[in-house]
Amino acid sequence: MAAAVGPGPEELILLEKLLGLKKGNKYGALEERKIPVLQTNNGPSLTGLTTIATHLVKQAKKEQLLGSTAEEKAIVQQWLEYRVTQIAGHSNKEDIRIILKDLNLYLEDKVYLARNNFTLADILMYYGLHHIIAELTVQEKEKYLNVSRWFNHIQHYPGIRQHLSNIVFMKNRLYTNPH
Amino acid sequence: MRLFLSEGSAQGLKVLAAAEASGARVRLERVPPDGHVVPFLTHPRVPALHLDSGTVLFSPNAICQYFFLLAGKEPNDLTNQWLEWETTELQPAVSTALYCHLVQGKKGEEVLGAIRKTLTYIDQSLTSKATPYLAGEAESVADIVLWAALFPVLRDESCLPDELHALRSWFQTMNLSEPCRSAAVSVLTPKGVQAFKLYLQKQPGPTLHWEKPAANEPEEEELAERSLSEEEIAAAAEAWARGPAALPERWQPPSPVLPVEGRRNVLITSALPYVNNVPHLGNIIGCVLSADVFARYCRLQNWNTLYVCGTDEYGTATETKALEEGLTPQQICDKYNAIHIQIYRWFDISFDYFGRTTTAHQTAIAQDIFQRLLERNMLLTDTVDQLRCERCQRFLADRFVEGICPFCNYEEARGDQCDKCGKLISAVELKKPQCKVCKDSPVVKSSQHLFLDLPQLEERLEKWLEQSWATGNWTTNSRFITRSWIRDGLKPRCITRDLKWGTPVPLDGFRDKVFYVWFDAPIGYLSITANYTDQWERWWKNPQQVQLYNFMAKDNVPFHSVIFPCTLLGAEDNYTLVNHLVATEYLNYEDGKFSKSRGVGVFGDMAQDTGIPADIWRFYLLFLRPEGQDSAFSWTDLMLKNNSELLNNLGNFVNRAGMFVCKFFGGRVPPMELGADDKRLLAHVTLELRQYNQLLEKVRIRDALRCILSISRYGNQYIQVNEPWKRIKGHDADRTRAGTVTGVAVNIAALISVMLQPYMPGISATIQRQLCVPQACNVLTDTFLCLLPPGHQIGTVTPLFQKLENEHIEALRKRFGGGQAQAACVASANVTPSGPGGGAVLAGDPQKVKELAEEVAEQADHVRQLKASKAEKGQIDGEVAKLLELKKQLAVAEGKTPEPPALKGKRK
Repeated sequence: MAAAVGPGPEELILLEKLLGLKKGNKYGALEERKIPVLQTNNGPSLTGLTTIATHLVKQAKKEQLLGSTAEEKAIVQQWLEYRVTQIAGHSNKEDIRIILKDLNLYLEDKVYLARNNFTLADILMYYGLHHIIAELTVQEKEKYLNVSRWFNHIQHYPGIRQHLSNIVFMKNRLYTNPH
Repeated sequence: MRLFLSEGSAQGLKVLAAAEASGARVRLERVPPDGHVVPFLTHPRVPALHLDSGTVLFSPNAICQYFFLLAGKEPNDLTNQWLEWETTELQPAVSTALYCHLVQGKKGEEVLGAIRKTLTYIDQSLTSKATPYLAGEAESVADIVLWAALFPVLRDESCLPDELHALRSWFQTMNLSEPCRSAAVSVLTPKGVQAFKLYLQKQPGPTLHWEKPAANEPEEEELAERSLSEEEIAAAAEAWARGPAALPERWQPPSPVLPVEGRRNVLITSALPYVNNVPHLGNIIGCVLSADVFARYCRLQNWNTLYVCGTDEYGTATETKALEEGLTPQQICDKYNAIHIQIYRWFDISFDYFGRTTTAHQTAIAQDIFQRLLERNMLLTDTVDQLRCERCQRFLADRFVEGICPFCNYEEARGDQCDKCGKLISAVELKKPQCKVCKDSPVVKSSQHLFLDLPQLEERLEKWLEQSWATGNWTTNSRFITRSWIRDGLKPRCITRDLKWGTPVPLDGFRDKVFYVWFDAPIGYLSITANYTDQWERWWKNPQQVQLYNFMAKDNVPFHSVIFPCTLLGAEDNYTLVNHLVATEYLNYEDGKFSKSRGVGVFGDMAQDTGIPADIWRFYLLFLRPEGQDSAFSWTDLMLKNNSELLNNLGNFVNRAGMFVCKFFGGRVPPMELGADDKRLLAHVTLELRQYNQLLEKVRIRDALRCILSISRYGNQYIQVNEPWKRIKGHDADRTRAGTVTGVAVNIAALISVMLQPYMPGISATIQRQLCVPQACNVLTDTFLCLLPPGHQIGTVTPLFQKLENEHIEALRKRFGGGQAQAACVASANVTPSGPGGGAVLAGDPQKVKELAEEVAEQADHVRQLKASKAEKGQIDGEVAKLLELKKQLAVAEGKTPEPPALKGKRK
């Protein structure tokens, strides 16, 4: 079985590593839904996946991951919100179908979620979709071609994948036709 | 930039206020709530912001944030946290509250209750930070967003409880601020908060996504030890001691069953199965079996209950079948009606009466309703274009046409409804229609027909629906489907057809026509009851005394919630209208659809040949009843549930309890001296029993079944901890303890036998026979009484269930999977050309995996030998190709994605 991202803080620990942050942040989880909580040394704790992720990005001084213009920032926020509201722990098949269909259409003319720049939205969306994409059949991966292209691109981004399984999109023929 | 808004959308309030507050300059455009302004999203999202760059923002919070960014106000950790909290926590709670208030008409505390927790959270935050605004001393995007979320529910601070002081003052400040005030005025209009109602009615009911359980595995079946209060424990012990004498007397309904003044009179119908189809498991769980469980439960509750059903026999399908088999339509109906009766008898469905629609009563009642509609000007005449197949020499009924769906382009849409998008279709709208019988293209011919004037009845319908929804248990899907029907606007609906096999239309000019089966069929409920008793009107024209429950699968909802009620409302004869509409989702077969033509799935008549008893079928179907969402029948799961839930849990417990009485106490229930632990157990069992009653009252059949399993789990645990088989060999105190535990356990088994009766009547009777539970005990209350007092003599105890073996199940899967393997073959043919292994592979089939693994091993040996003997390169390559192909098939069979092999520089 493909290794999956667990609920709650696990995703944030992956992000910390990716950002090159030193360990030392302490996480908790709220309720059954495992809403992550970050205990900060100075000041109050922070709650919520995207809130903490944004905080970590700033901590690592990689603000470009949050978007550089007002427009880009809003787009990043929009997809982060989509990530926590639509791609929840256990969506049913129909929900997943719609998510993939919509993303596929959205990504048709884009390299990244925020168009031409790699952002936090891509990172969290990648972690959130990993278990879903891992379950897709070859045909489905073809059907959601733009999602596949985007996903494959993101998973090869240095440092992002970590222990998660590499998902195979290529379909090489074993033997091509005789010359 | 252009901001798209729709009237009455609460989210519109948010973005307007944010635009005002930040001074963003936007052009407003009004669109309907389901306007498609976000091109890449399937579900409409309004509001949406189109930027000049082409970017579309569809998240209201991101739009608000964007406005603030334009004004140079950057977000910080706190505003981010509030915005995230608003979408994940507050918004779902607010939707629930608004829905309660506006759609279900609830008021005050019930509405506030839904958002109580979130309100307290905001109040505490404000108090602990001691700042006037959510994220500090100044107003931020967070204040606007939260205010706008709360405004539709709260309106003004006056409905906020006093103790939420900080929240009150913040909300008041926001209400008075200019941006919020002007946004409110702009969105609300004079209709006030009702402005949101129309919008909400058109949205699906609020569902909190994390509350949805996965299809077949609803909740973790853990015995979470809910803490019990001393009072609860004492009350349970006190109730127990009252013994069987405290049971109410069993209600013996009169024969025929008729409503009785002062009693709860329950009339239950199951959707009428169409006569010439053998029902499959999905049909059975969808209506007759679900209704049966509820009817049996009602009887155990001493409610005066009548359960009727019958076969729906009119229509072209019957005519065609008759032609096929060389019989008259009546003969066909007789033949298949008998098959239905036989199947339902096998499944032990407890109809009070199972009738049919081809009776004189049907003609009389349908024609009477028709005459009343006619007299009241509820009917219209119009010319209808109909499809006629010249080759077959007849007008084609809707279900005899197939073609491409005009809405979603699904290729196999039926003439009445598209299976894919679920929309109702008029057959002439189909693209490329085909006669289903001869595959010829039909031609369009005109003919005069009668229509039920639904637009005229719409207002009365809505008024009635509002009342029925407020007081009755309508499943969420039934409300949703009904709402979407009304939203699309009602149109006159044709009630006549150019056929012969049907109820004749008693009106000059239409005498060669019959009633359309959907006008006719629901009237079958009345006429079937009329065949049962000549006093049928006491059930069907008696809404004051009768509670009517309709059971069906979701595709039948509009006919029962809109068309039939309109028929009855228009006929104005004080008819009993449905109070509780219980609709299931679909049951799939091993992740596909049941299909008679492809031979996929288990059909009613075949279930009996599987060697699996009817009660096991009932249990499994009810355990995965598609309640709330689709579920899937799976052979492996059936085996698993039988072996774990029935054999190891329930059967094991009942059997042990009985065996101990027989072995250690000579078959007589021993005296019991209840200690604290025993009383605690009684209280737990009582709680489960109440939960069971509450769930069944709401017709949540699947969930209630889990309460029974929980009780037997408690029982097993109890026996396991107390080890009566050891204590019986000990000293007097130990022996007394063994007696107490055995006595309590066998009484729990007796309670289980009663609770299980609606689900597994056969097993229930067996337990009662083994334990000699008196018939008088078959009454359900909210208390757990000691039904088998000390000294009660029990009978012979034998195991209740048998283990299902893997081989048996695999054989059945093969037998009933017929068409499915072929379908998989077609699907996989695109990816995996059939290699030397031959045939198609079906993922996850262990037999196939084993065979393939062996073939792979053999082929690998063969290749090694060839290489060792230095065979020709061409020959080796060919055999290697075969080997790789086999490995690939093996991977597919094991359910893996074939990994592309490392091509060591061989790529060309």
